[in-house]
Amino acid sequence: MPERRIRIMVAKPGLDGHDRGARILARAFRDAGYEVIYTGCHQTPEQIAAAAVQEDVDLVGLSCLSGAHGYLFPRVVELLKEKGAEDITVIGGGIIPDQDFQRLYDAGIKAIFTPGATLDSILDWIKNNLKPRE
Amino acid sequence: MGSYFSDDTLKKSQELTKKWEDEVAHSAVQSPDQKSRWSTVSDLEIKRLYTPEDIEDTDFARDIGAPGEFPYLRGNQPTGYRGRYWTFRMFAGMGSAADTNARWHMLLREGQTGLSTAFDFPTLMGYDTDSANARGECGRCGVAIDTLDDFLTLVDKIPLDKVTTSMTINPPASVLWAMYCAAADKRGVPLSKIGGTIQNDMLKEFIAQKTFMCPPEPSVRIISDTVEFGTKYVPKWNTISISGYHIREAGSTAVQELAFTLRDGIEYVEDVIQRKGLDVDAFAPRLSFFFNSHIDFFEEICKMRAARRIWAHVMKERFHAKNPRSWWLRFHTQTAGCSLTAQQPYNNVVRTAIEALAGVLGGTQSLHTNSLDEVLALPSEHAVQIALRTQQIIAEETGVANTIDPLAGSYFIESLTNKMEEEAWKYIAKIDEMGGMIAAIDKGFPQLEIADAAYRFQQQIDHNEKVMVGVNKYVTSEEQPIPLLQIDEKVGKEQLKRLADVKRRRDSRAVSTDLGDLKNACKTGKNVMPYCIQAVKDMASLQEICDVYREVFGEYRDPGLF
Repeated sequence: MPERRIRIMVAKPGLDGHDRGARILARAFRDAGYEVIYTGCHQTPEQIAAAAVQEDVDLVGLSCLSGAHGYLFPRVVELLKEKGAEDITVIGGGIIPDQDFQRLYDAGIKAIFTPGATLDSILDWIKNNLKPRE
Repeated sequence: MGSYFSDDTLKKSQELTKKWEDEVAHSAVQSPDQKSRWSTVSDLEIKRLYTPEDIEDTDFARDIGAPGEFPYLRGNQPTGYRGRYWTFRMFAGMGSAADTNARWHMLLREGQTGLSTAFDFPTLMGYDTDSANARGECGRCGVAIDTLDDFLTLVDKIPLDKVTTSMTINPPASVLWAMYCAAADKRGVPLSKIGGTIQNDMLKEFIAQKTFMCPPEPSVRIISDTVEFGTKYVPKWNTISISGYHIREAGSTAVQELAFTLRDGIEYVEDVIQRKGLDVDAFAPRLSFFFNSHIDFFEEICKMRAARRIWAHVMKERFHAKNPRSWWLRFHTQTAGCSLTAQQPYNNVVRTAIEALAGVLGGTQSLHTNSLDEVLALPSEHAVQIALRTQQIIAEETGVANTIDPLAGSYFIESLTNKMEEEAWKYIAKIDEMGGMIAAIDKGFPQLEIADAAYRFQQQIDHNEKVMVGVNKYVTSEEQPIPLLQIDEKVGKEQLKRLADVKRRRDSRAVSTDLGDLKNACKTGKNVMPYCIQAVKDMASLQEICDVYREVFGEYRDPGLF
């Protein structure tokens, strides 16, 4: 049986339309051989969690540049937990001040990437840290 | 005939260039170029040297001409900046209406000459602060406006008949403009006296910025309503700011920014003529543009010069406009947010200064300079002051305003201007063939062209083919932290209270009548503006009005192309 390919969802929570980074990452993940689902902009945390479960993804990458990450990122993790999908790895990126990192880690965000992160550094993190779902 | 140079000059140039080429070929063996290909930030290849031969087909009178004369390559104003500097217009908005009003007064005290409004995301998307969609967003990246009550606070003690105000607002532009008109009315300032700009450019939202509400076709219809209303009643208002800024920030090349923006402009002009039956000269003089000024100095200058020349031809030849003011391309410029780095943020002051200078040499009418901390947060007061001072130094110390379009006639500048114009026309022709910009957007054409360019640039950065100082070269391990503006959580709570209070106080029967009237206007094709103004006067909220639009016209969803 062929090995199941790792599935990654790139998601844009909230009202923020800055999708340059998210779309570049979606391409980079696809070029690296992952199966990629990109939600497009303006998704509520509820929509993202539901789609992640339905699409059976291994990782959700959240992108937010509006400053609303403090509410939106933890909310996605919380909703995944409610759906019994806490084994989906959630990472995030965008304009995120250093002082917010710990709160996001505590809420269950596994990694945070900010401006200047290279595509390779993000791909390496996934290669080294992502546990595919059982 | 008509060539820029005499045959004799061209002949000499050819001889000297040939000699130089031979010498270079010889010396390149000992000291080869540092890299095999030199290109702009947009990846447009640049030659080692430009000579008269590169512009031998340029006709001085036809293609260059004088400032204030067709085709306006050298600027719209016959006196350039000697008559008047560009407007120093800093984009500002944060937290509550009162917070933003305080920042505006600070900027005016510091010598700013025009206002520019940044709204928070719920306002930009047509949601009130009490909407579930607005959670976590209130006041974060701009000011939160729910009702006219907030708007009156925003413009408190601002002389609406003297200062012009720009509002970066798109799907709900008609609503925010209605609030401005209503505020002027309440303050006793006639509509004929107020001046400013609403961005009101939906096409670039579908292409790049992704702040959308209704589908493209009805979105353009509402825009044409505002153009018609402005033409009749608010003659000093720029009802659209046709914007390349966001196209560029989304990762386009300079040529794509130029071409897509001007093609958007063509789409709006066509719609107003067809739908409203207005004469092109009645409204075209109030169309305005907005460009990015990125870090590649000469490419930006040439882009802006080419834009003026293309638009003059479009208006004169495609739309047969007769009023020279219809031929003018007037534009605002903002330095490139995407060129700034979170690493070593003080370097951003330098980048912004260079980009601002390019905007000025490109002949902008209005300028926003980014603050050094804008990669990280909304700008602090101190950072904004440096950014504003950057413009004042360029205007009043450097001497660049002494003479008009000082780079004209440079072999390189004119050649690159011609090249960018030529490439832009190709895109415009291609989109014409597709059936116009809405059709092109439906096919995902501009979106994917931009995505390709953005991905290519990111790869060039990752492979060190392009340099961003502090990011992929000259990296320091110890970063100096800078003080950042924080938006208090309290802002959202207080805004919720204010909105609830307005809703309690207002005559809700009047509001529901107004909204019914607006709905009827939407359905029957009547101009929505008078109905919006009546509704905001009765304290209908932004979202209540936008919900009418959503109900009648439907909602657009991001197709998620990548």
